[in-house]
Amino acid sequence: MIAGGEKTTKPRKRIIKAIRIDVDQCNGCRACEVICSAFHASPRYGSTNPERARIRVIRQPLRNIFVPVYAGEHAPAECAGRDKYVIDGKEYDECAFCRASCPSRPAFKEPDSGLPLKCDMCESDPPLATPMCVQWCLNHALIYEEREEELPEEETQTDELEVGLQSLADRFGLHRVMDSMERLTKKV
Amino acid sequence: MRFAETGFNLEVDLSTGNIERVETDPKLTELHLGGLGTSARILWDRVPREVEPFSPDNLLIFSTGLLVGTPAPGANRTIVSTVSPQTLLMAFSMMGGFWAPELKHAGYDKVIIRGKSPKPVYLWIHNDKVEIRDASHLRGKGAIETAEIIRRELGKPKAQVAAIGLAGENRVYFASIEHGRSSASRLGIGAVMGDKGLKAIAVRGTKDINLARPAEFLDLCNQTLKYIEIREQKPIPGVMPILAGLGSPQEMKVVDEEWHTTNFVWGNARTRRKDYWTKEIETQWRGTQESVRKRLVSCYNCPMKCGAIISVPGQSDYMMKCFSKLTYTMAAYSDLEFGFRIAQRATEYGVDAYSAPQVMAFALELHEAGILTDQDLAGIPADNEGKFYWLLDRIVRREGIGDVLADGTWWAARRIGKGAEQYAHNTIKKHEQLPLKLGMLNPIYFLMYSTGEKANITQIEGQFPQAPFSTREEREEFVKDWIQVPHERFKQYFLDWESRGEHSIPFYPTVEMCCEIVDWQEMMHYIDDSVGMCAGLSSFPLKPPYHIHNYPAIISAASGLDLDEVALTRISRRNRTLVRAYNNRRGLTRADDRPPEDHWKRRFPELENKLLDTYYEFRGWNPNGAPTRECLADLGLGFVADELERQGILTAGDGAQRTGA
Repeated sequence: MIAGGEKTTKPRKRIIKAIRIDVDQCNGCRACEVICSAFHASPRYGSTNPERARIRVIRQPLRNIFVPVYAGEHAPAECAGRDKYVIDGKEYDECAFCRASCPSRPAFKEPDSGLPLKCDMCESDPPLATPMCVQWCLNHALIYEEREEELPEEETQTDELEVGLQSLADRFGLHRVMDSMERLTKKV
Repeated sequence: MRFAETGFNLEVDLSTGNIERVETDPKLTELHLGGLGTSARILWDRVPREVEPFSPDNLLIFSTGLLVGTPAPGANRTIVSTVSPQTLLMAFSMMGGFWAPELKHAGYDKVIIRGKSPKPVYLWIHNDKVEIRDASHLRGKGAIETAEIIRRELGKPKAQVAAIGLAGENRVYFASIEHGRSSASRLGIGAVMGDKGLKAIAVRGTKDINLARPAEFLDLCNQTLKYIEIREQKPIPGVMPILAGLGSPQEMKVVDEEWHTTNFVWGNARTRRKDYWTKEIETQWRGTQESVRKRLVSCYNCPMKCGAIISVPGQSDYMMKCFSKLTYTMAAYSDLEFGFRIAQRATEYGVDAYSAPQVMAFALELHEAGILTDQDLAGIPADNEGKFYWLLDRIVRREGIGDVLADGTWWAARRIGKGAEQYAHNTIKKHEQLPLKLGMLNPIYFLMYSTGEKANITQIEGQFPQAPFSTREEREEFVKDWIQVPHERFKQYFLDWESRGEHSIPFYPTVEMCCEIVDWQEMMHYIDDSVGMCAGLSSFPLKPPYHIHNYPAIISAASGLDLDEVALTRISRRNRTLVRAYNNRRGLTRADDRPPEDHWKRRFPELENKLLDTYYEFRGWNPNGAPTRECLADLGLGFVADELERQGILTAGDGAQRTGA
């Protein structure tokens, strides 16, 4: 937050957490899946179940395919088109690299409820030095990296916000948007 | 709630098609842990001595171990137990890979197969849904090929499959069960699977495995991983490169095979080629290995890379681990390229890579000696390598001479007669051994070879160095961080062990020390086999991450069992004794406890007898190698003593006689 709502010319920064996935180092052991499911179990580490993991290793040994993929944002609808990658002559499954849990495939869903799973980089209190999957990957296929990234300037954000509000007003009418804003303000 | 285990077995009767999910008795977990321990108990209770290996009443048990599927690194073993068609004793071959954890996530600790299906079938286990499915279309298909077809037709790419090839279907006595990069190869368990008409078991599981004391357990697992990292940076100096680190022998990673090619023997376990390894050979082999090896791979939840994806031009890709790259090569006096090429076919057929090449080399020796005639081998190609392919094809189909050879060297020799027995010279308990022939008797190895129930040295040895280190300084350096010893005195045994002189083999380590050293090594294997831990992170390599001092806490935190070193040692002894008693019941006696006659050139009959006597007494067995009533009763196995007495294997008062002697 910027104090007093004053505009500042200083660019704001935030930490970007990233995992560098070196598929050439992956031995396909799925320890990342095991420890991910254990970390997110309740109580913590109380159970394992790779099916609940927020990472999965696409593992087809006889085709020499070993690709860890993390669960990203849930997509409520299927994509209009689907991707199939061919890299170095190896064809990957449809949507193989996609991080979303979506209606078109079973990946990244809780096995009991079907609710979507998403990697949270092992958010915890106190925070871990690195996510558990990285700690358990002794082959260094998963490497944790942090970098600072500049946030876009305030004006741009305001512009974006206005564009967004304008489109809401166009769709629902300005009054309804204002009513909603008022209700939201009271809630806060 | 049950912790670490699921508390359920799947009972499948292939004769009737009946499938049941049966809750297990937690008391048996306390007594035997799981894996081999509880499977041995089931075989004891349900497969009495009159049951033949190929009887519908023989059980084929696929088991997980107590730690399988928990985060404990390396706990992924599938332990398959049955009665071996080759040895007629208990077979408990094992494999790594991904099958056992998947089974546990499906909600079962074991799959117990009985009966026989009239037509080929496979079993499909998907959590609570279990089906016996037709496998007519899979008849004759390769083991790896079968797994691919099943995954595709089920539409379950994540299903894990264990399958047999043609060898298992045709009940070859050294048929394996194959599963991706792993195989349960020894003692002919694939033949029992084939006899039951069971082509494969596919499994997919998405249930939780629960842990008793999560935080404590995870802390122990983290320590294990930390230790693996440190240990991998500190290879042990003075031992051959494939054994310096952790894991099973690093045959896929390491190209330098000077040690194996010049110390192990070629052909039908015959010829040592001390000068084989040259610069040219090394360059040639390096070229071969690096061109066919696509990637080093591991089993479930293990940081090691003991296996490899192998791609030989013109053939389907397959996976290999450990020593099979050399067994065919050396049996055929050929090169590594041949080894990788024929192993692909052998893997699809599903044969044991120790026995199969030896059986073929044995046949060619018999031919040279005129015991097998040209007529017996009519149609065999003229070139040496072609002969091996030809024999392999016939063995797995049991065609012509292949039908005789398919029973392994021991049985084949007796069917062939005419002095063929002399050529079946490398077996223990009718089972082919590694091709190793040495000079001076090693008393530790004498005991392990003779008495080990697995009849496979790599699954008995470990922990104690195979040979003394040459200097005192090296030995002192070695014992400095040797935390795995059950007792400090083992360090002294090793420190005092010399290459020559008074403190060298065969009379040092002393007979008593040998018993303790063997006991330690066996104990670690029996623990691993009951918890499903890979020997490569525990009982096999020197200075492993798992040992008797940290195992009790690890098993206890996962399962909730109340365990300390004394209690765990006792469980391991109980399991070892039960397997022994089971084999005694099937006819095993002291006469069977012997290595191949020519394993060592220099033998010491008096010392060997003393070693056996002392070892038996140390174990609480009688002079015939059967556990006494005292020993059995002390381990809570009084009912075993009752049965052995009923059968006349033990006589009442046996223990008293022994004490008086």
